[in-house]
Amino acid sequence: MAKLQYDKKGRLMFTQEMRREYTILVPNMAPIHFRILESVLRSHGYRAVLLNNCGPSVTENGLKYVHNDTCYPALLVIGQMIDALKSGNYDPDHTALLLSQTGGGCRASNYIHLLRKALHRAGFDQVPVISLNISGLEKNKGFQLTLPLLRQAMAALVYGDLLMLLSNQVKPYETEKGQAMAMVETWSQRLVQQFEKKSGYGKKEIAQNMGEIVRDFARIPVQMTPKVKVGVVGEIYVKYSKLGNNDLEGLLYREDCEVMIPGVLNFVMYCIENNITDVELYGGSPIKAMVAKKIMDYLCSIEKAMIDAVSQEPRFQAPSPFYHTKELSRGLIGSGCKMGEGWLLTAEMAELIDAGFQNIICTQPFGCLPNHIVGKGMIRKLKEIYPDSNIVPIDYDPSATSVNQENRIKLMLAIARENLEKKTAPLAYPQKKQAPVSHAASSSATC
Amino acid sequence: MQIGIDIGSTTIKCVVLDQSGSILLSRYERHYSQITQKTTEMLQAIREKYPEEQNISLAITGSAGMGMAQGCGIPFVQEVYATRLAANTYLPGTDVIIELGGEDAKILFLTGGTEVRMNGTCAGGTGAFIDQMATLMKLTPDEMNELAAQATETYTIASRCGVFAKTDIQPLLNQGARKADIAKSIFFAVVNQTIAGLAQGRPIKGNVVYLGGPLTFLSQLRAAFDETLHLTGICPENSLYYAALGSALSAREELNLPEIIHRLESSGVTGHYDSIPPLFQSQEEYEAFRLRHEKAQVPTCDPETYQGPVYLGVDSGSTTIKALVITPDGAILRSLYQPNNGNPVQVVREFLLEFYKDFPHLPIAGSAVTGYGEEIVQNALLMDHGVVETMAHFTAAKRFLPEVEFIIDIGGQDIKCFKIRGGAIDNIFLNEACSSGCGSFLQTFANALGYSVADFAKLGLLADAPVDLGSRCTVFMNSSVKQAQKDGASVENISAGLSISVVKNALYKVIRASSPQELGEHIVVQGGTFLNDAVLRAFEQEMGVQVVRPSVAGLMGAYGAALYAMERQKGSSTLLGPEELQNLTHKVQAVECGLCQNHCKLTVNQFGSDRRFISGNRCERPVTHRAAGDLPDIYEHKLQLLRSYQPIRGKRGQLGLPMGLNFYELLPFWHAFFTKLGFEVITSPPSNRALYLRGQGSIPSDTVCFPAKLMHGHVQSLIDQGVKHIFYPCMTYNLNEHKGDNHYNCPVVAYYPEVIGGNMPLPSDVVLITDYIGLHRPKDFTHKMTAILQKYFPGITLKEVQEALKAGQKEYDSYFTQVRARGDAIIQEARKEHKPIIVLAGRPYHVDPEINHGIDKLICSCGAAVISEDCISQEEPPFQTGVLNQWTYHARLYAAARHIRQEKDMNLVQLVSFGCGLDAVTTDEVRSILESENKIYTQIKIDEITNLGAVKIRLRSLLAALEAPERAGGK
Repeated sequence: MAKLQYDKKGRLMFTQEMRREYTILVPNMAPIHFRILESVLRSHGYRAVLLNNCGPSVTENGLKYVHNDTCYPALLVIGQMIDALKSGNYDPDHTALLLSQTGGGCRASNYIHLLRKALHRAGFDQVPVISLNISGLEKNKGFQLTLPLLRQAMAALVYGDLLMLLSNQVKPYETEKGQAMAMVETWSQRLVQQFEKKSGYGKKEIAQNMGEIVRDFARIPVQMTPKVKVGVVGEIYVKYSKLGNNDLEGLLYREDCEVMIPGVLNFVMYCIENNITDVELYGGSPIKAMVAKKIMDYLCSIEKAMIDAVSQEPRFQAPSPFYHTKELSRGLIGSGCKMGEGWLLTAEMAELIDAGFQNIICTQPFGCLPNHIVGKGMIRKLKEIYPDSNIVPIDYDPSATSVNQENRIKLMLAIARENLEKKTAPLAYPQKKQAPVSHAASSSATC
Repeated sequence: MQIGIDIGSTTIKCVVLDQSGSILLSRYERHYSQITQKTTEMLQAIREKYPEEQNISLAITGSAGMGMAQGCGIPFVQEVYATRLAANTYLPGTDVIIELGGEDAKILFLTGGTEVRMNGTCAGGTGAFIDQMATLMKLTPDEMNELAAQATETYTIASRCGVFAKTDIQPLLNQGARKADIAKSIFFAVVNQTIAGLAQGRPIKGNVVYLGGPLTFLSQLRAAFDETLHLTGICPENSLYYAALGSALSAREELNLPEIIHRLESSGVTGHYDSIPPLFQSQEEYEAFRLRHEKAQVPTCDPETYQGPVYLGVDSGSTTIKALVITPDGAILRSLYQPNNGNPVQVVREFLLEFYKDFPHLPIAGSAVTGYGEEIVQNALLMDHGVVETMAHFTAAKRFLPEVEFIIDIGGQDIKCFKIRGGAIDNIFLNEACSSGCGSFLQTFANALGYSVADFAKLGLLADAPVDLGSRCTVFMNSSVKQAQKDGASVENISAGLSISVVKNALYKVIRASSPQELGEHIVVQGGTFLNDAVLRAFEQEMGVQVVRPSVAGLMGAYGAALYAMERQKGSSTLLGPEELQNLTHKVQAVECGLCQNHCKLTVNQFGSDRRFISGNRCERPVTHRAAGDLPDIYEHKLQLLRSYQPIRGKRGQLGLPMGLNFYELLPFWHAFFTKLGFEVITSPPSNRALYLRGQGSIPSDTVCFPAKLMHGHVQSLIDQGVKHIFYPCMTYNLNEHKGDNHYNCPVVAYYPEVIGGNMPLPSDVVLITDYIGLHRPKDFTHKMTAILQKYFPGITLKEVQEALKAGQKEYDSYFTQVRARGDAIIQEARKEHKPIIVLAGRPYHVDPEINHGIDKLICSCGAAVISEDCISQEEPPFQTGVLNQWTYHARLYAAARHIRQEKDMNLVQLVSFGCGLDAVTTDEVRSILESENKIYTQIKIDEITNLGAVKIRLRSLLAALEAPERAGGK
C-alpha cells in the first residue's frame, strides 16, 4: 500500500504508488465534456471516476463542511466529494480527489484549500487532493500533466463543446424525441473508445471525427418551427452543471426553447489569453507571452476545425471564433478584467445577441464577486448597445428555490415570446430535406 | 367570459371579465397556503353565479400558482407580464408601475424601452417585510399607516431583509423612540429598497402607478414614494387586481369550467418534496423524551411564606422581557415572561410595583439587568448591576450543569453560543445579522398560518415526513416554504421542517460545528425557542447528543442576572423603592447629535426630573462632552491623516478621486503623483447617508458589498462638484508586500470602475478614466501610465511621470511610517495604562465612519485601545497559511493574526462587510490562526446599517472573557 508522503509545507502528496493503487474522484461540471475527459485520464493510467452523486445529501455535506458564505459551486463540489467518500463506494484509504485550480484573483483558487479543510473536519485527512492547474501551483509526482495528456484533454473538451452545441440545435426540433441525446451517447462512446486506443486527438482525426459528428446530427429528422432562442452564460460551474443550476437546460427545453451555451474551449482560451494581456497592460516577461501565443495558435486551430465542421451543414449555427467574441467586448469592458469569467462573460453575452440569441440567462452563484462586475454590472451597457436584448440574471445557492428562479425565467420567456411573435420571424434555419429516421437507443440520464 | 386568477404568496385574487372587458366580479382573499382549495372555491362560486357559462377562458398567474396550473393543465402567465398587459389596456399613458406584493417588489417601465424588474431572492422591502415590522411593533399594518401620518422624524432603517431591519428597529423601540417615527421610517426603508434594488439607474418619472396590496392599503407608503420620487403617483381603481386582470385578458383558450373544477378537485397533492426523517417515530418515544427533560427543574418557593432577602434579575431582550425574583438558594419566587411591547421600562416597572404591593415583607437586596435594553432599564430603575448577556447566561447555566462546556441560546431574535473552557467563556458565537430572527421567524410563520408559536411547533412533533428546508437565512425560508406548500407538504411537516431549520441554522451558520465533539459533552440549551420540544428534539437529533434544557430555558438571562446580583451584591440595593417607582415619569425626545460627522440620532429619555439617559450614540461625547482626537484610536488618526491631503492648484486643472475602496490607502500615492504632475487633486467628500443615497439609483447588483455601493455616491458627488476628469482605474494587482503567494485585489476592488463606467449616467463633458493600471511593476508603470495619461492629457511626458512616481512612492511610504508610528504610540500608551489592545482588522476602506459605523469609537468607549492590522502586519515575516494567500489586503490579516499570538494584551476583532465573498475564506483562516494559540476570535459583520447594540454585546463579552482568566489566575 502506498505510503502517505508530505511535502515541505505539510501537504499530502499524490505519489506514483498512489497512481497505481488509488481511485481518483473527479467532480462533474459539464456532463458531456467530463465523461470524455474521464476516459482521457483512464487511458493515461489514472483510475479516474466521474462523480454523479446528487440529491440533498450533497448540499447537506457542503453546508456542513464548507463555510456557508462561500460560493455555491465550492459548496456543491466539496459536498459531492465528501458525500462520495462517505457513501462507502470508495475506500477512503485508496482514494484521491482531483480539483481544478486557476490561480486567478477569484475565490475559486481557494476551493482546493477549502476542500482540504473540509476533509480534515470530516475525518478524511488521509485523502490526497490533486490540483489540476497549468499555473504550476501545486505539484505531485504521481500526477503529471504531460503534453499528450493535455492535448487529449483539450480534444475532449472540444468534442464536448461540439456535441453540446449540436444537440442543443437539434433537440428542440427533432421529430422523434430523444434522437439527439441518443446521438450524443453514441458519439461519447465512440470517442471514449478512440481515446482508450490513444487516438482521436490528432489534428486530422479531430477534423475527421467532427465532420462525421456533424453529418450524423444533420441526419436526425427535424421539424423547424420558430422557437424562442435562449443563451446561457455565467459562472462556469453553474452555467454547465445540472447540479448547480437545477437543470436549467432541461427547464428551457420543456419551455420549448432553443438553447445556446457557449463552449468550455472559450474559457480555456480566455485563461491563456489573459497571460498575453497581462504583459501588454503591465509589462513582464515577453517569453511568457510568446508561450501563451503558441498555445493560443494551437487552440485556434482546433477551434477552426470545429467551426469548419459545423459550417459544412448550413442548417447548423457555428459558434463565433474566440477572437471575434473578444472583439465584441471592446467598448463594453476592459480585456484586463480577468477574475472569474471576467470579460469573457460579457463578451459571450454580446456574442449570443450577435448570433440571434437576444434572450439571455446570466447564471451566477449568489454573491459571486466577479459577476457583480461582468454579469449584473454590464447588463445596462449591453441594453444600451443592444436595445432588443432581454437578459435576466439568476442567482443560485442552496436556499434559492427553483420556483423563484423559474418565475424569473418565465418572465424573461414571456417577453421573449412576445418579441418572437412581433417579429413573425423567418424560420431559424432553412429546413433541409429530411433524412431517414435513424434508430438509436434512448440515453439514460442520471441526475 | 374570461377569468383571471392571481395567486400570490399570501393572497389570491380573482376577476371575471365579460366580452367587452369590463369587470363582472372580483375577489381578494388570504389563502393560508390552501391554494388548490381556495381556487376551487372561487371557481365554484363563479359557476354558481353564472350557471349558464360552461365554456370560459381562464389563466392563472402568480408564482404560487405556477405548480398548480401546470398540474391541472391551466394556462399560466408570468405575473409581471400580466400586469403589464393589464396596464396597457386599462391605463394607457402609464410610464412606470410600482407594484409591491406579499413577497415581491416589481417596477415596470412601460415607455421608452419596456423593461420589467423584479426583486431578487431577497424578500426585503415587500408586504411580508411590512407585516413582519408591524408584528414587531404590535400594530396592524393599518395602525402603522395611521401612526406614520403623525411622524416628525425619520430614522435610517435597513430594508434589505426583515432581519436587518429588525435589528435596527428593536433598539429604537427599546430606547424609546416614538412609534410614529419608526412607522414612517419603515415605509421609507421600503421605498429605498425598491428604488435601490430595482430602478438600477433608470429614472422613475412621468405617470407613475402604484399597484398591489401594500400600496393600495397604506396611504403613507404611497406618500413616502411620492416624496422620494418628487411626483404624485396614482393608485387606480382595482389596484389589487392588475395581475389577475392581465391573466384574464391573456386567457384565450376555451376551457370547460366544470371540467377544470373537477381537475382541480381531483388533483390533490403530489406529495413530492424533499423530506427528512421525522422527529419522533411514535408517541411513546416522545413521552420518554419529555420525561427525560422534565428533570432539569428549578425549585420554586412560595413568596407568601418565605422570609428573607430576595434578588431581582431582569433580561430585557429584543422582543420580550424576562424577570425573576429568587431566594439566596436560587429558588424562584416570582417570574415574568412577556413581550416588551416596545417599552421595556414600563413592563419592568409594572412587574415590580405588583411585587412591592403583594409582598411588602420581602426586601430586594440586589438587582441586575442584562440584554438589549440593559442600559435604559438600569438607568430608569437604578438597578445595581448591568451585566453583559453572555456572562448572565453562563452564570445561569453553571447552576444546572457545573461542568458545562457549551451553551446555546436561541432567543426571539438572536442565537448566542458560548464555548466554555477552564471555567471561563472562551469563545462566543453570535449570529450575524443575516441568519438571525430564528425564534421570531417561527412565530411570524405560525401567525401567518393562524397558529400560536407553541401550537405550531407542537404540530411538527409527530409529523411523518418533515420538509427539508435547508439552513440559510430565515428570510429566504419563506420561499422554501412556499415551494413546499406547492409540492403539497402538510402544515405538520412544514412545522417540523422549520424547527429543524432553526437548529441547522444555529449549528451550521452560527457555530459551524460539524460534529458533537466540537461542542463538548456537556451542553446546556436555552432561550425561549428551545421550550418548543420540536426544536429541542431537532437539536439532539442533529448533533446526536443528549443535552440539558432547564425548565426556565426562556428565563436563563434573567436567572443569571439574579444570581449575578446575588454574588456581587455589597451594601444595600440602589433599586427604586415602591414610592419612587410609582412616581417615575418617562419622557422621550429625539434629537440629532451634532458633535461629529456621524450625526447620530439620539433618543433622550428623561426619568423623573433629574435623570437623563441618552441612547443611539456611538461614542461617549454627547454624554460626557469630552473632546475627540485624544482617543487611542488609529482609525481616527488615519482619517485625519487622509483628510490632510488637500487640493493644490496646478497647471493641468482639476482631477477628481472618489474616496472609497482602494483609494483609502492609495490616496497618499495618487495625491502626490497627480499634484506633482500639476493637477489640482479633488477628493470626494467624506461618506454619509446623503452621499450614499445620491448614488444608490445606479447600483446594478444589490448584493455587492456596501463599500462598493458607496462608490456610486462618491463619483456622483465629484460630478456634482463640477470636476471634469475623474480618475478611477481598474487594478487587478495591488502593491506587492511580499507577504503571500500573490498580490491581487479582490474582484470588486479591482474592477468596480467598470461598474461605475457602465452604470452611472455621466454628463457628456465628464471623462471617467478607468484604464487598467499596475503599480506592482513600477518600471513598466511609468511607460504604460504615460501612454494612458497622454490619451486624456496630451503633453504629459515620460520624465514627468517618472518624477511623479517617485513623489507618489515617497508620500505612500511616509503615510505608512506615520500610521505605524502612531500605532506604536497607541500600543505603548495602552500598555502603560494596562488597557487591552484591540486590533480592529479589516480593509483599508473600513476606516470610513459610514462603513464602520463608529465601531472604533465604541471599542474605545469600552476602555480599550484600537490599532489596525497594518500597524503590525509589516513586522511579521511571510509564513505558510492554510489557504492560498493571494490578496494583498488579506495577507495583512493573516500576518496580524499571527503577530498577536505572543502579545498577551492584544486581541483581534475582524470587520467583515456583508456580502464579501473573500472573507468566507479569510475569516476561517484568521480564526484558525488565532485559535491555534488559544486566542479568542471575534468577527463583526457590517453593512449599510449595523446594529451597534449587538456589536457592543460582542465587544463587552470579549472584554469580559479577557478579564475572566486573570481573575481565575488571581485566586
